[in-house]
Amino acid sequence: MQRNHNHPTICTIEKVIDETPTVRTLIFSDDVMSNVLPGQFAMVWIPGINELPMSVMISQDKGKAAFTVRRHGPASTGLYNIGPGQQIGVRGPYGNSFDIKSGKLLLVGGGTGLVPLMRLITHLKPTDNVTVVMGAKTKDEVFFEDLANHLLQKNNHKVIVTTDDGSYGTKGFVTDIVEKLCKEVKFDGIYTCGPEKMMYKTVQIANSNNLFVQASLERMMKCGVGICGSCCVGENLVCKDGTIFDGNCLSSNPEFGHFYRNKAGILENY
Amino acid sequence: MLASGILGISLDVFKRIHQSGAGAVVTKSLSKEPWEGYPNPTIFSVKGGGWINAVGLSNPGATNFAKMISQNKDVPIIVSLVGSVGEDFEFMVSQFENCKVVAYELNLSCPHVAKVGLEVGDDPELVKKIVKTVKKSTDVPVIAKVGLGTTHYLNTVGACIDSGIDAITAINTLRAMAIDVETQRPILSNKIGGLSGTPIKPVALRCVFEISSKYDIPIIGCGGISTWEDAVEFFLAGASAIQIGSAIGDNWLEIFNEINVGIEKYMERKGITKIEEMIGRAKKS
Repeated sequence: MQRNHNHPTICTIEKVIDETPTVRTLIFSDDVMSNVLPGQFAMVWIPGINELPMSVMISQDKGKAAFTVRRHGPASTGLYNIGPGQQIGVRGPYGNSFDIKSGKLLLVGGGTGLVPLMRLITHLKPTDNVTVVMGAKTKDEVFFEDLANHLLQKNNHKVIVTTDDGSYGTKGFVTDIVEKLCKEVKFDGIYTCGPEKMMYKTVQIANSNNLFVQASLERMMKCGVGICGSCCVGENLVCKDGTIFDGNCLSSNPEFGHFYRNKAGILENY
Repeated sequence: MLASGILGISLDVFKRIHQSGAGAVVTKSLSKEPWEGYPNPTIFSVKGGGWINAVGLSNPGATNFAKMISQNKDVPIIVSLVGSVGEDFEFMVSQFENCKVVAYELNLSCPHVAKVGLEVGDDPELVKKIVKTVKKSTDVPVIAKVGLGTTHYLNTVGACIDSGIDAITAINTLRAMAIDVETQRPILSNKIGGLSGTPIKPVALRCVFEISSKYDIPIIGCGGISTWEDAVEFFLAGASAIQIGSAIGDNWLEIFNEINVGIEKYMERKGITKIEEMIGRAKKS
């Protein structure tokens, strides 16, 4: 039967990688998910528990894809605890993807927000000059540094890690580094995904330097297809208009960087 | 117009839907207090078309919502309300006193939440009390949205009309479910949800036809309308207006303009100058 992308395809988890004490990558075989564009997401059904929007992580193996999840609430912890041999349902892919520029590129990620950026790296040209800035709270929570270096081995590249407590890399926030870099380099494209405050600041810095920037937003989602309205940010729906938005659109959005909607749809402050 | 339950929690999105060609937007059903709704999965795509949802009437509550739309100037907003007793509705209507609202739509037919919706619609005496209470509380038109429950929906419509309702929206989603054969469990967290979209269109059309044949009341057709032909069918069956919901999941907001243009071309081809001319025409044959 032809695959309906709105219908959950049942996939069996084949391998689990502990990235940090709170983050795991779950690998499974699926041709459709292995080929999604950077920034696209899937709705992931954890049978009996919940369904979550997840950016689709790359796998080094052909025909495979993954989800990288941090255990946080009941739903993400449910996914985190799925072991090899267990099944999940996957529908999608949904959403748009990064507008890929070439030349001098800056990728700014925090936590599991690095997932779409890793997939973006696999779409870059060997001639691109790529700087990746990744932030974590502490040394134990740094992940994908080696992966980024490995994926970029043919490129002129730099991977900069910051930790809030200074236990690894540069002490401070990724946005401090971004501010410094944007003064020195005229980037052809800046891409960011992670905590909204980090993206907000990154977009502000890029806009004030007249640099092209795109951010991948996250909101509560129920349907993923533009029906339920849960994921609206101002006049935009993250599932249908995003998840990728460019700097101009975000700078005129009154909710970006300030508010998100809770499960009842009430605006709350970040 | 935009059907209730779809996309309706932000004024900015309402503006966009209105600009896309919807004559009016119906909000998500609002309750007296904020509701979180059910955990995901809340929406399921049926193979061959249609959706089953059990969102669980998640909404920010009437008071928060009224604050959000208080700045509304241009969008014709129909506020959908859900509750168990007349007092709930009276309170909610009072919250919208300072808002620009063109009508209220009473949700007497949500099929997947206990003690409200269809459970209210199935009790004609309760329906009468609620409709009378709301009619007393406001001067704007009051619409009742009916569905197929255990009481014959025509009796529910009759109870609404006896109590002074101004119009009827027909129909809501139909109780349905889906089971995943690999994991052998129901997909929706609530197990039972409401079926919407193209599979229910012929049922909704029949209901509109039956209501308009039995009663003299304006009807808003709702249920699986996804093309201009569907819309025209509802007009011919007796609907004065139509609502679009699930089709947005497949065609996004372009659907409103596509349907508007299709209806205009049809009217031109048939020499019809006003929609009123085709309302209920199919009943004559």
